[in-house]
Amino acid sequence: MFKKILIANRGEIALRVIRTCKEMGISTVAVYSTADKNSLHVRFADEAVCIGPPKSSDSYLSVPRIMAAVEITNADAIHPGYGFLAENADFADVCSQYGVKFIGPTPWMITQMGDKITAKETMIKAGVPVVPGSGGLVPDVAAAKKTSKSIGYPVIMKATAGGGGKGMRVVWNENELEDLWHKARQEAKASFGNDGIYIEKFIEEPRHVEFQIVGDQHGRVVHLSERECSIQRRHQKLLEESPSPFLDDKLRKKMGEAAIKAGKAINYEGVGTVEFLVDKHKNFYFMEMNTRIQVEHPVTEEVIDHDLIKEQIKVAAGIPISGKNYFPSGHAMECRINAEDPYNSFRPSPGEITSFHSPKGHGVRVDTHVYAGYTIPPYYDSMIAKLICRAPTREECIKKMVRALDEFIVEGVKTTIPFHKKLMQDPQFRSGDFHTGFLDTFKLED
Amino acid sequence: MEPKELQELLKLINRLEFVEFKYKLGDLEFSAKTKFYQQTRAGKEVVTTYAQMPQLTSAPAPHQATTPPVHGVRPVADLAEEADSAESSGGSKASLIEIRSPIVGTFYRAGSPDKPPFVKPGDTIEVGSVVCVVEAMKLFNEIESEVAGKVVKVLVEDASPVEYDQLLFLIDPNG
Repeated sequence: MFKKILIANRGEIALRVIRTCKEMGISTVAVYSTADKNSLHVRFADEAVCIGPPKSSDSYLSVPRIMAAVEITNADAIHPGYGFLAENADFADVCSQYGVKFIGPTPWMITQMGDKITAKETMIKAGVPVVPGSGGLVPDVAAAKKTSKSIGYPVIMKATAGGGGKGMRVVWNENELEDLWHKARQEAKASFGNDGIYIEKFIEEPRHVEFQIVGDQHGRVVHLSERECSIQRRHQKLLEESPSPFLDDKLRKKMGEAAIKAGKAINYEGVGTVEFLVDKHKNFYFMEMNTRIQVEHPVTEEVIDHDLIKEQIKVAAGIPISGKNYFPSGHAMECRINAEDPYNSFRPSPGEITSFHSPKGHGVRVDTHVYAGYTIPPYYDSMIAKLICRAPTREECIKKMVRALDEFIVEGVKTTIPFHKKLMQDPQFRSGDFHTGFLDTFKLED
Repeated sequence: MEPKELQELLKLINRLEFVEFKYKLGDLEFSAKTKFYQQTRAGKEVVTTYAQMPQLTSAPAPHQATTPPVHGVRPVADLAEEADSAESSGGSKASLIEIRSPIVGTFYRAGSPDKPPFVKPGDTIEVGSVVCVVEAMKLFNEIESEVAGKVVKVLVEDASPVEYDQLLFLIDPNG
């Protein structure tokens, strides 16, 4: 087992990893930028090394600075958290060259799943359902028509160099295709300098349902069931829950098996998440795989009663997993509390937190790195806390979340707590019948 | 020591909230740890500096972090100033320039074990003078001074680890 782990991250996840390491008797090293001098992860680690100025590229994203910190502290493993260098294959490679264990998958695994086209090809070979598509770039209108016909309308045309919804057009029938084709290409060219377009089936009213998997160094891969993550604003998750109100046992079994197939296809080592889109007919399609621990991992922890960070560290140390799949018991939900103003387009609200009282009590968990008197630096993301509730049923879970949100006091900065309170009252949300488009029409004020 | 002197000393200790205090008499020695001087579990002593030294009139110190002081914490430099008042050192502390480490690594005073240190207290340095080496991942980075002046103090021991922004040298620009 590792003697000393350096956590190459900050904020709540750094603290989260430190907590588990302490419970396992493993020494911890925190790294921090000058902006994070007063951060809790620095305070609670056994050792702390300042590695650079506030800017991420000169601190948390700087491989040389982090490796220098490993060197002077003699850490024998690195936990990359999420974001920053967690899915950076080069960093994982540098770690292995230096004889420091990167707690996560190998550089090859990261690369396989990091490239969307390669990932999709790997899944097709493994027999995991993927979103039907053109498979590559579509050269002209005639080919577009042919492909779309075989996929079946509605289809979505996407820019290969794209992102942020640009260069995307949904086509409902063949008559619209030619005109939208030209529009999509023009927009792609203007936005990315590349008018390459590929076509996929447009999944109507999709739900984003992801499966947690764990793979060890001995070829075993298991799943730990799903998380429903359809409540998203501009592709950013705001609330996650498990089990998904949409899945039944049969669908869970099928998707679980597909998630395991995905992991086995790359001989996956570590914790990972396989993301699927599920349509209203219960067809599911592989979207992508995240080769890291995720923000919303506590949701799974609460319904299967296992410490996922501990599993991560054990797997990295070569300990085999049991080989059992895990299914949710009870219901858990997580609200991501961000320092953003929900009444003003969720604009970020950094600054000093003048008072802070987080909710507590049976079935309430708060993962946070902030406290009264803490100043939220403007250099990093705006998430300040994760409020997780667990109860025997979804209905009781919502009631508990309502109570917990009422008890959550944060003053000095704006937070998304009012948004979550409103969400909890929404009849459609309460019914469990929603998809990824839900927040598009959600109004905070009446 | 006269009773009155002892009384004054005790008052000073109390006001500055020392947690440890040493004192010798012949050739005067001194040592004091304030409550801001913390020890890690590994036994390595870590100075937690919450604020900068007072702003300087001469050329700004290299690699100075611009972090505001934390509420209720007095700058370590002020305390050091008062604690050192028993020492007979020339020059006012307030006008000293800091040289801080721009990188993480191991601090060495000389280019190699058989060579003499680049600088020692009392030496005069120019802009661009190499003052030390910080080694990281087998690369030896020579740290150059961005100011000219006299080396007053070397704050880190040879072959010890340093972090980003750690205080290495104090330079008197008027020396």
